[in-house]
Amino acid sequence: MTVWWIGDIVLLVVVVPVVIYLLAGVLSEARGIVPSVQRIGAAAAAGSADLDAVPLLLTTQDQVIRTIETAANYGGSLDVILDDAREE
Amino acid sequence: MPAPGVVLILTVVAIVLVLVFFLVSTIVALRQITKGLDEAIASVVEIIEKSAPVEEVVGTINQYLDAGVELLEGLLVKKAGMRDAVGLVDGLYPGAAEAGFRNFPESTEITAPRISEVYTKGTLTLARLGREAPIAAASPTGGAVLRNVTGGSLAARSLYPEVRQTRPERLQRSPVIGTDSPVQYEPSDSPGVRRRLPGGTAVLDDPATAAPPPANAPDAQNDPEGEPGADTRPV
Repeated sequence: MTVWWIGDIVLLVVVVPVVIYLLAGVLSEARGIVPSVQRIGAAAAAGSADLDAVPLLLTTQDQVIRTIETAANYGGSLDVILDDAREE
Repeated sequence: MPAPGVVLILTVVAIVLVLVFFLVSTIVALRQITKGLDEAIASVVEIIEKSAPVEEVVGTINQYLDAGVELLEGLLVKKAGMRDAVGLVDGLYPGAAEAGFRNFPESTEITAPRISEVYTKGTLTLARLGREAPIAAASPTGGAVLRNVTGGSLAARSLYPEVRQTRPERLQRSPVIGTDSPVQYEPSDSPGVRRRLPGGTAVLDDPATAAPPPANAPDAQNDPEGEPGADTRPV
């Protein structure tokens, strides 16, 4: 009979607090991850929205090509019009 | 049932209830985490897809910009000379002379002339493009000479056709006119029409009217103008 009581006491004083402590820690950490994951998702969505302007790079590319072609034509004309520097 | 057995059963039941509560709560939290990660992964996939062509486009832009830099640097060095080119670039962008030109490593060894300390940017451009610009006559002491005093006036001639500007001695000279001119021209019947060229070739002679007049004509020997074989030498 005494052994039964000792077992009950050990179960109530040691096992139950340890189980509650461990499970509470796991739940706390799991709940702490949720906001972080939500922030990561929001940041990824915002980053994806920022990249919506990427197609404008094609326009930039066309403008750069036209600008360089114009500069090349202008430089070619200058090459014909202006005399070269004299060797010192 | 003895009392210790009842206590044991109640304790086990309590432990099971605690386990159920915490485990269910953990499952709910893990589901939320899974949902958030799914959203994040979807957004990351969008980022990857949207940024895929960026490298190619930016590479093309950089390629064209590099070509433009090479073109402009080469043209500037060719037309202005290495020393003046370094001075002009350093005048527009102070400190750029230390970096030098990309395709001209020797440009870093050149001491940039102090062009910008005397002239404004616009004046520098005009002086550089037009070597004979009056403003370029005065060069800063120790700086680049922007004007070639001896050859500056000849530089502008190269802008015009070769035969007209650089070789004027090969052009035909203007005709000499007057009574003492080496070539005498006959008066014409009408403006722009000449009856006879100086060499004796008839131009407007009509066969009916070109017949020689009678020998006893009153002024046959006085006015030989326009007659075939008339003496065209200067009087």
